[in-house]
Amino acid sequence: MRSSVIIFPGSNCDRDMDVALKKFGFKNQMVWHNDQYIPKSDLIVLPGGFSYGDYLRCGSIASKSKIIKSVIDFANSGGLVLGICNGFQILTETGLLNGILQQNKFLNFICSNVYVKVKDKQNKYFKDLKKDVLELHIAHNEGNYFCSDDELKSLEDNNQIAVTYCGVDGTENEKTNPNGAIKNIAGIFNKNKNVLGMMPHPERMIDKYLSGEDGSLFFKNILDNFK
Amino acid sequence: MKIKVIVTLKNGVLDPQGKAIQQTLNGMNFGNVEDVRQGKYFEIEVKEKDEKKAKSLVDDMCKKLLANLVIEDYKIV
Repeated sequence: MRSSVIIFPGSNCDRDMDVALKKFGFKNQMVWHNDQYIPKSDLIVLPGGFSYGDYLRCGSIASKSKIIKSVIDFANSGGLVLGICNGFQILTETGLLNGILQQNKFLNFICSNVYVKVKDKQNKYFKDLKKDVLELHIAHNEGNYFCSDDELKSLEDNNQIAVTYCGVDGTENEKTNPNGAIKNIAGIFNKNKNVLGMMPHPERMIDKYLSGEDGSLFFKNILDNFK
Repeated sequence: MKIKVIVTLKNGVLDPQGKAIQQTLNGMNFGNVEDVRQGKYFEIEVKEKDEKKAKSLVDDMCKKLLANLVIEDYKIV
């Protein structure tokens, strides 16, 4: 499976993502934001970081980069596009995903392990995933997902909510919500479920010497579903 | 021509920074501060002499970049 990771000025999880993808057998290439075309890919990843220093709104400047038109065309033709953390913020600013990531409710930068519940498995990312709750890592200041009531209803009706913050046993409530996100939302899909944006970083959980290996399940699953 | 824009959060959208500022002001004995909403202010120099045209250009900029209409409103002043 071929993948491309887009690097923006200020991306800082691009190399981690490259290491993770290659570890599980993706043929990955790095693509500069100022390029116009993306090499032939089965998956495009927008990595985490602080593109353009989070100026104006997180992800807003990156969402107007030269490469983005190719990303949007790829997504609209059904290609898999994954945005992690700042990548998720960029995807909402492009309009490929609904809503916006606002500043965390308690104004703090959160860096910690969290549990997320997989809410939908009828898609190429989570189909046949062995677990329902994954332990992943978050590190963000703007992860407080927000959208209008109509958009929320549409997300729920179309099963576009991908992952939600929860406890180790899958409980979703205010206590297991780190940043104030509406309905504990940690990640969502577009309508066709080929575009996934999520705040947690699976690429930080791919080795027993890191703090967990649930990220490995995520990447292996994408590969298994591609075969 | 210089066009000025104010971008604010829509009513009902949580503004934690505004809330923190309000609480701080209250703590500084500005007890009559009931609410604070924080926004952004832009001064945009447009190469255009016709004010109407300049404002219409800036309006387009607001919709496409300066404001995110999911949570923000803008006002050209």
